[in-house]
Amino acid sequence: MVRKEIIALLLAGGQGSRLGTLTKTVAKPAVLYGGKYRIIDFSLSNCINSGIDTVGVLTQYQPLKLNTHIGIGKPWDMDRINGGVTILSPYLKAELGEWYKGTANAVFQNIHYVDKLSPEYVVILSGDHIYKMDYSSMLDFHKQKKAEATISVINVPLDEAGRYGIMNTHENGKVYEFEEKPRHPKSTLASMGVYIFTWKVLREYLLRDNDIQDSEHDFGKDVIPMMLQEERSMWAYKFQGYWRDVGTIQAFWESNMDLINRIPEFNLYDPDWRIYTPNPVQPAHYIGSNGSVKKSLIAEGCMIYGSVRNSVIFPGVYIDEGAVVEDSIIMSNSRVGRDCRISHSIISEKVDVGSDVKMGMGECIPNESKPGIYNSGITVVGEGARIPAGTEIGKNVAIDMDACAEDFCSQVIDSGKSVFKGGVCE
Amino acid sequence: MKSTMGIIMTGGKNTRLKELSNIRSSSAIPVGGKYRAIDFTLSNMVNSGITNVGIPAQYSYRSLMDHLGSGKEWDLDRKNDGLFIFPPYLSGEDTGWYRGSADAMYNNLTFLKRSNEEFVVIAQGNCIYKMLYDEMLEYHLEKNADITIAYREMHDLLPDELLHLGIMRVSDNDRVLDLQEKPLHPEAAIGSMGIYILQRKLLISLLEECNAHGNYDFVKDVLIKKLGVLNIYGYKFDGYWRNMSTIQMYYRCNMEFLNPDIRKELFIDCGKVYTKVKDETPAKYNEEADVRNSIVADGCIIEGQVENSVLFRGVTVKKGAVIKNSIIMQGTVINENSSLQYAILDKGVVLTSGKHLKGEPNWPIIISKNIVV
Repeated sequence: MVRKEIIALLLAGGQGSRLGTLTKTVAKPAVLYGGKYRIIDFSLSNCINSGIDTVGVLTQYQPLKLNTHIGIGKPWDMDRINGGVTILSPYLKAELGEWYKGTANAVFQNIHYVDKLSPEYVVILSGDHIYKMDYSSMLDFHKQKKAEATISVINVPLDEAGRYGIMNTHENGKVYEFEEKPRHPKSTLASMGVYIFTWKVLREYLLRDNDIQDSEHDFGKDVIPMMLQEERSMWAYKFQGYWRDVGTIQAFWESNMDLINRIPEFNLYDPDWRIYTPNPVQPAHYIGSNGSVKKSLIAEGCMIYGSVRNSVIFPGVYIDEGAVVEDSIIMSNSRVGRDCRISHSIISEKVDVGSDVKMGMGECIPNESKPGIYNSGITVVGEGARIPAGTEIGKNVAIDMDACAEDFCSQVIDSGKSVFKGGVCE
Repeated sequence: MKSTMGIIMTGGKNTRLKELSNIRSSSAIPVGGKYRAIDFTLSNMVNSGITNVGIPAQYSYRSLMDHLGSGKEWDLDRKNDGLFIFPPYLSGEDTGWYRGSADAMYNNLTFLKRSNEEFVVIAQGNCIYKMLYDEMLEYHLEKNADITIAYREMHDLLPDELLHLGIMRVSDNDRVLDLQEKPLHPEAAIGSMGIYILQRKLLISLLEECNAHGNYDFVKDVLIKKLGVLNIYGYKFDGYWRNMSTIQMYYRCNMEFLNPDIRKELFIDCGKVYTKVKDETPAKYNEEADVRNSIVADGCIIEGQVENSVLFRGVTVKKGAVIKNSIIMQGTVINENSSLQYAILDKGVVLTSGKHLKGEPNWPIIISKNIVV
């Protein structure tokens, strides 16, 4: 067997609870993005484009869609005899069965997977971010600095630095301190959640961390600080380019909208760095005689008879005559009926919007039941919901998965209200 | 589908497709924004449950091989059975060249003998239609036929398009009475679709006999000669069907893809149509885009005006460009302020700024692959 120099471990177990109904039944890495992708496609494609063909994907929260999506790794050319993609889910052991208790613990529980491959280095990734990055240059940097750990960082504005894990470095880039969400940040270098470790070193720290009773078994909170305390060689690798943590409804919407600019900051059209995803097997899309599309992304299999502006439309979406869709994201196989007006909305997969529905209009009042999630003026419709004809829906409205006519107690759903499946009407 | 294998014939040189077929077999001709003609027949086979498909290929087959690969996209990369492509080869007895459709199959008789399916569906790779062969096989069994030929009333074809078909005459109970290959004066508009079902063992013996007589053509030397000897039945098909026989037909077929009923029949009813995946991003429309009644594939970037046209993957239409009634193949670039009317642009063409090309509805202008205008 050809020994692997580096393998990747992709942490894909996060729920992404601030994405509300978008992550109700899928993990955040499986959320649809950019007109045909799921968020995890970026990390997986980065791996194969960087020459890393062995990836362990650690899943935990709602893994069904993620597992189906990844399959045996065919779209990423990771259906290999030697290496390839392996789904690593939590499992029962002789003494006890347990969930992954933290990011470090998730890797700890899969030490045997890495040991079997016995690579020189591992790159730890999270499947939550939108970016294109060549991990092989980062590995070169790691080797050149004779580092034991290299952490990829990106410059963020000082006033936002408090939301990230901040690396404080010497002038040469050597890290001396890590602060998680500091109140008074000393630097603007935020960790991107991409780590390269020399496996021998990481292995030792994982074993030690596991024995510490009050550890949260987290890379950022426990393992990295412990390594710094013991003055291990840890370096910050500066990444330049587009990187987004699409963790909130607002950030998710904005990042999708970034793609429709004339010259997008994030270029998906680079033939040398393609982003791969399973093929939806749909014909080329069709724009009808009265249809109109401006400043938008339209995927395969769509049929557009109405007009679309400033929007991202996923495969197999049908937009009927007279409908107007603006500033919105419509996911796979949804249908927008005749004469609808859709604005500032995120419509999940397989949603049926009846005719004459008005959505995303009115005042911007934060959602009453979940003000922390729906507060930026965007209305979100969960997967499989059926919105009755003629309904008027305001801003910051959350419509539950599979909600149907009986769940709508009124023709008018004001801004900030929610519609729950089988629940009590608000 | 009950123990059936498939053979897809890819045809010889077709000069009536002009520049489009100089570099590719007519089965590999791009259609409908992202497909090649053979995708339809191959997907029909897969959708009918056929998992053992042989494709003899001779004329300009590089692009066909490149397209089909290991058959992954059709789920035909199998351990048992799967996709087999047969280019001609030299051997002790063979000349290394297929002299006709029967000869092509005879040269690969080992494939037929080694397979264990009871029936064979033979179909053409350059036809656009959606059909499940299961129903045709049921009919074949019901009629207790030796050979069943699919036919269609070709009233929607022009008289000179009928010249490129096999014309049939069938009795009231669909027994084939006469079959004429490409007659100069077609007597009727009942045309063979080039789809045949018969038992594998019968096919082997017919091919051996044909070769022993020094003959090479499956239609002329096998089907027509056996009309009086074997039970040959016609199976009537009522759906949409086009063959890539002439430029006019090719152009018309692509334009017909704009019709929602035809698209529904081809892409939604009876299973999907599979093709090679290119991993392009979704098409991007900028502020100035004005697209109407058109098919647009992934990877396109559009800033101009497009009407009644088919745009393949990765086409760029710059500001001020106007495209009407045209077919634009993969990776072509239409620069600022140029215009196209009734044109077929092959892959990788570049139309520089301010150029205007115009064909006629019945005679579209063709620009060959990788030309810079």
